[in-house]
Amino acid sequence: MPRLVSHPDEVKIVTSRFGKGAAKIDTYLELGGYASARKALAEGAEWIINEMKASGLRGRGGAGFPTGMKWSFVPKQSAKPKYVLVNGDESEPGTCKDHLIFLHDPHAVIEGTIIAGLAIGAKMGFIYLRGEYRYLIQIVERAVAEAYERGFLGKSIFGSETEFEVIVQTGAGAYEVGEESALMESLEGKRGVPRIKPPFPAVVGLYGGPTVINNAETIATVPHALAMGGAAYAAVGSERNGGTRLFGLSGHIERPGVYELPMGYSLRKMIYEVGGGVRGGRKLKAVVPGGSSTPVLLPEEIDIGMDFDQVGKAGSMLGSGGVVVIDDQTCMVEFALRTIKFYQHESCGWCIPCREGTDWLKKSLTRFHAGFGTEKDIDNIQYIAENMMGRTFCPLGDAAAMPTLGFVKKFRKEFEEHLHGKPCPYAHHPEVELV
Amino acid sequence: MSAEAMTLFSPELAARLDALVERYPARRSALIPMLLYAQDEVGYLSDAVIDEVARRIGITPLDVRNVATYYSMLRFQPAGKFNVQVCTNISCMLRGGYKIFDRFQERLGIGHKGVTADGLFSLEEVECIGACCWAPAIQVNYDFHDELTEEQVDAILAQYRSQNAGGR
Amino acid sequence: MRTTPKSSLFEAGQPNVDEKSECMADVTFTVDGKKLTAPAGTLLIEACRKAGIEIPAFCYYPGLSLQAACRMCVVRQEKVPKLQTACTTPVAEGQVFITESAEIAQARKATLQLLLGNHPLDCPVCDAGGECELQDMTFKYGAGESLYVEAKQHREEQKWSPVVYFDRPRCILCYRCVRMCGEGMDVWALGIQNRGVTAVIAPNGGDHLDCEQCGMCIDVCPVGALTSGTYRYKSRPWEMNHVSTVCTHCADGCKVTLGVRSANDGMEIVRADNRDKSGINGDFLCAKGRFGFDFVESAERLTQPLVRNAAGVLEPTTWEKAIKHVGQRFGAILHEHGAGSIGVIGSTRTTNEENYLLQKFARTVLRTQHIDHERTGDYATFHGLLAGSKERAASHRDIAAAPAILLLGGNPTEEHPLLAWSLRTNVRLHQARLYVANSKAIRLERQAAHSLHFSEDGYDALVRRLSGDGAALADVTGAGAFCDALGAEESLVVVCGAEFRGASLAALMRWGLSRPGVKFALLSDSVNARGAADMGLYPDLLPGYLPLAGEQPLHDALAGMPTTSGKDATAMLEAAAGGGLQGLLVVGADPFAAHGVTEGALKNAFVVVQDCFLTRTAAEADVVLPTASLYEKTGTVTNCYGDVQMVRKAADKAGVKSDFEILVRMAGAMGVDVRTLVPFGEFQGVRADMGQTRGAQAGEADRHAVWLAANGLEPKLSPFDPFAILDEMERLVQGYALDRLNLFAGNESSTEPGTGFVSIDALLQRKDGVVATHPGLFDSGLLSERTGALQAIGKYQAAQAAQAAD
Ligand SMILES: Cc1cc2nc3c(=O)[nH]c(=O)nc-3n(C[C@H](O)[C@H](O)[C@H](O)COP(=O)(O)O)c2cc1C
Ligand code: SF4
Ligand code: SF4
Ligand code: SF4
Ligand code: SF4
Ligand code: FES
Ligand code: FES
Repeated sequence: MPRLVSHPDEVKIVTSRFGKGAAKIDTYLELGGYASARKALAEGAEWIINEMKASGLRGRGGAGFPTGMKWSFVPKQSAKPKYVLVNGDESEPGTCKDHLIFLHDPHAVIEGTIIAGLAIGAKMGFIYLRGEYRYLIQIVERAVAEAYERGFLGKSIFGSETEFEVIVQTGAGAYEVGEESALMESLEGKRGVPRIKPPFPAVVGLYGGPTVINNAETIATVPHALAMGGAAYAAVGSERNGGTRLFGLSGHIERPGVYELPMGYSLRKMIYEVGGGVRGGRKLKAVVPGGSSTPVLLPEEIDIGMDFDQVGKAGSMLGSGGVVVIDDQTCMVEFALRTIKFYQHESCGWCIPCREGTDWLKKSLTRFHAGFGTEKDIDNIQYIAENMMGRTFCPLGDAAAMPTLGFVKKFRKEFEEHLHGKPCPYAHHPEVELV
Repeated sequence: MSAEAMTLFSPELAARLDALVERYPARRSALIPMLLYAQDEVGYLSDAVIDEVARRIGITPLDVRNVATYYSMLRFQPAGKFNVQVCTNISCMLRGGYKIFDRFQERLGIGHKGVTADGLFSLEEVECIGACCWAPAIQVNYDFHDELTEEQVDAILAQYRSQNAGGR
Repeated sequence: MRTTPKSSLFEAGQPNVDEKSECMADVTFTVDGKKLTAPAGTLLIEACRKAGIEIPAFCYYPGLSLQAACRMCVVRQEKVPKLQTACTTPVAEGQVFITESAEIAQARKATLQLLLGNHPLDCPVCDAGGECELQDMTFKYGAGESLYVEAKQHREEQKWSPVVYFDRPRCILCYRCVRMCGEGMDVWALGIQNRGVTAVIAPNGGDHLDCEQCGMCIDVCPVGALTSGTYRYKSRPWEMNHVSTVCTHCADGCKVTLGVRSANDGMEIVRADNRDKSGINGDFLCAKGRFGFDFVESAERLTQPLVRNAAGVLEPTTWEKAIKHVGQRFGAILHEHGAGSIGVIGSTRTTNEENYLLQKFARTVLRTQHIDHERTGDYATFHGLLAGSKERAASHRDIAAAPAILLLGGNPTEEHPLLAWSLRTNVRLHQARLYVANSKAIRLERQAAHSLHFSEDGYDALVRRLSGDGAALADVTGAGAFCDALGAEESLVVVCGAEFRGASLAALMRWGLSRPGVKFALLSDSVNARGAADMGLYPDLLPGYLPLAGEQPLHDALAGMPTTSGKDATAMLEAAAGGGLQGLLVVGADPFAAHGVTEGALKNAFVVVQDCFLTRTAAEADVVLPTASLYEKTGTVTNCYGDVQMVRKAADKAGVKSDFEILVRMAGAMGVDVRTLVPFGEFQGVRADMGQTRGAQAGEADRHAVWLAANGLEPKLSPFDPFAILDEMERLVQGYALDRLNLFAGNESSTEPGTGFVSIDALLQRKDGVVATHPGLFDSGLLSERTGALQAIGKYQAAQAAQAAD
């Protein structure tokens, strides 16, 4: 059972029911559950969307798109049924927050899904969890069954005329399926290859119908934002970044864990106060601020507030909120290699720059890390990454190229130290996997 | 001949799969869960499993293969009864994921994607399993074990060995 | 992943080309500083191509679903931050694009470098070398120098079928093959498996293909990853000459480009494709058209005339002796027995010119009315009903573009592969409504908006139902809805199989003719089945379905012919066996096999056979004259939709002669002035095409004429040149007023039925004599049986089927 952590600076909104047995519907109800859904049902779509807009909630899946606005793009009239899709594929290295939500508060996800459905006029929602989360799928399925029993889901939800069904779906191992259109393909029983956009999901999505897709945390936040009132929720966060966020602190940190902190919370404080500093009192070498696809920040770059805009300004991204702390004993070439190995493994293979680029990068870095690198390799790695950027079919290509560029640019010296057959200065785990 | 009569699966699974295809706006949406559940029972996706799944969904076996080979949890060869999946991705790596992996290799005498001679264990180095804040983490089949140390490896293996001896 | 049929709901959001560009207002946009206009929604890549701006593309293929996978077509669009893919960008008013710049060139170069990193670069031995799109691009964008130092993966080439080979490392994963097989062919035999860099194209049989073996996947592959079993490692593209002609295997008449190179005994064919994608078939060729050409090289091929000697054995001899012998014997028979003593059975595989000449030779030289051919479609009735009406005969293009098609009987997927392709394409890209009514289950039902099944006698009942008899087909479910939907169609093409003939065909056509906007096509079974009928290889009909007696110019040209109806093929064979006919000339047909003539039955008649192979009839003949196949001659053929196309000599075989030349020589040997048969030289005024009809555009031909005139010479044609008779044919055969400009440019020219036919009532009194042969996907009878590649496919398919049955 994953350990829950706590810190006084936390503002517990989404995590407020964690550890309280809210996976059981009675407990959830006691803790105020399903009140927002009832209210949403009474107030109607326009009210919901306005509140969501006021909440300043931005998507927690990575891109930070304003949720209220996303919902408002769905056409009112549609010949095909509309759908709500909850993205619980959570596979970005450094990220495990949705894991806790499904474990401790599955009804919040269900309630959020109902509300999203009411907002766009959908009659069906899907909660898609990565296949590895089998035990969580069972928890969510149980919660869905409870909601059906209570009449919160089904032909007439909460005794109204409104119908809403929820289906829990399992993945089977594929990071790329977290990409919204690839997720739809997967849900339709196909390979997880993204779709051509436009048309965007809000217009043509799942089964060809207008679809809203949101991250599980985004959806779990919705009932809270409505309960608090959009404006009150927004006030918790920073400018244009409403509310709180679940930050996952991992790596060389003294007190790893998932902390709910207001948007804009200082990264330095997050590491040194909330997380208790670098493990074993070591020196900080770098931080990956938002999951493995976000470029690393150096120790001198951590005096920023953790919200989409400020991290963006610092040249990285807030991404999935997975903060990976790296100490001074870490080989950055190895770290870069492990990162790219992931993207190489997860590239769907559809487009040339990503498929070939990630493979080439992995091979070069593998050889390089094993001590067989040349001066030219460093330039080549940079050249390949630069030529993947912005050229791929979906953002996975960028997700691989961006951190690579960060490593090469910010740690070029460390790359150079690996040259001329010199052993890795850190001699950690040289993966000699030469082909 | 009815599909039920010809099934490779247990009556429970067959019934579950029968219901599964009816659940979605389109039959085909049942494909990925069906493959995973079938694998859970049979151990891997044999040609016969693929053919039956194709028949149940109403698509060609080629189409099933196209999809199945995309997903990394699906396999086409038997794995061990207990499939040990060690995450070595960044958060786990930083906290000794490779050391855990090495210890499993050493204890089981097999490498990545290997299966022990008795068929009890198989080992896999896997990508992030969504337990980064509780690193290093592994999964044995679907069970998570987190905040591991190398020393705990033996205990974990012992746990599954006894589970096996106890007839699950 | 587009491995699901288009019709399913999974395909949402995949726009395709035609859908978008139709009936949209024109918009103006700027490309590289040039103002262009195209219908709104046209894909930028297509709009540019039409304007002569070539944008590189691997994954884009016109008519197939969009992929945006290769990233080669990137262009810059004003005010858009990222480079955009031209293959997925629909044009809109006022957009501004740049398609070539340093930035774009770098993007393309890098993509190529990435691709080449893992590519074997074995161009010198690769089949595609010299016509490889990857090679061309690499050359253009200078991505030749390699940054890649890792070892490349080597994998053995895989044989997926006798005709399809796969070389995995060369594959650039453009998915053209997958889409062509699925969307285009509706076979879905290819898939994409694994992911990332391990992604691979996979055949449906695991390590082999269980499919239609059409080779379309090979054709669209931009590199040398998919190669053809008949072509691989045989030749280099630049060693070949390319000759555009017409496929010889079925009545659809696909244009085919034969790649030929010189061989010991003439010119050999090394491959077949439709190189420029022109003609009625565009991209398409089926297995027969693509792989079915090695019959020309068959060891069984006849290359010397054979004459039965005193011992009763067929003995090789010279052409002179053989022709002289035939001339003498036919002359003697005529002398002794007079007109009507010789029967003639013509061919459905020879050209129109040859068939026209054959009937003229038969009627005026052999003075016989006993003329027939192997009839596979009742074109006499068809024409009789169309007499005098305009715009009622459907060309292939009419079918391919019709908003609604009624397919009655037939099985196009097996017997008319091009028709099946065109119907599928029309449904897929233009949302045509296909109505299928058949007594059997056929594959095209998958594309049908409505289909109807009934027993074999249901066809007539359906026509009755359509004509207002509510009781007809009352017991067939769906018949009412089917007929109602049909009734609502304002424009309809009716395509019918050999199930319709005589009275039933007449009833169907009467129903259709009673409504505006209905056109007809009648299917038949070999390359020039329609032409043989049109050219009057009938005992009772002249070319153009004119009656034997009359005062049209054709009658003048055939002056002296017998004007009473002759015997059909069956009657001829009976008569020849019973002493009622003394001679029989069989051209490119095997009536002994077709009619089950018992061995030796015709031993008292003098039988002459012209053919490529020793057929059953030839084996029993007195003289066998080896002929050139359709791939070794020039002329025209007419497909079953009435489209006339040029056939050009591609291969050359020592020892054989065209049927045209043989007939002229035979006439000469009988003492006839061949100028009365074939107008050539000064005698009857040369109006053969020497370029005149093409006016100023004629180029070389015109210059040639000028040169001749300047030197006091006259343009002359040889009597063996089939074009010497084309002009007469065009003047005298109803419906054959051809558009020469089109014809000589390699396009089809449609025929339009004329007037003055034999009355339909008279036609319906006679026996239609139609015997459908039901060729298969790999079967065209005589030729496919002697085509190594098709035999290999046939055996392979049979083994597959046997395995599946287990
Ligand atoms: C390669 C890739 C992987 C992604 N994985 C996830 C994921 O696991 N979970 C998630 O919520 N969003 C993921 N996303 C983002 C989704 O595409 C999408 O933007 C998000 O689910 C929208 O929800 P939000 O607006 O609530 O953030 C991924 C995107 C890409 C490009
Ligand atoms: S960038 Fe291309 S290859 Fe990579 S995951 Fe996206 S679509 Fe697939
Ligand atoms: S030969 Fe034709 S049917 Fe066979 S795989 Fe290729 S495209 Fe498909
Ligand atoms: S085999 Fe050829 S057509 Fe098919 S994906 Fe590969 S390169 Fe493209
Ligand atoms: S056999 Fe018919 S369909 Fe096939 S290529 Fe020849 S003409 Fe075309
Ligand atoms: S990195 Fe190991 S669980 Fe995420
Ligand atoms: S042609 Fe446009 S991406 Fe391939």
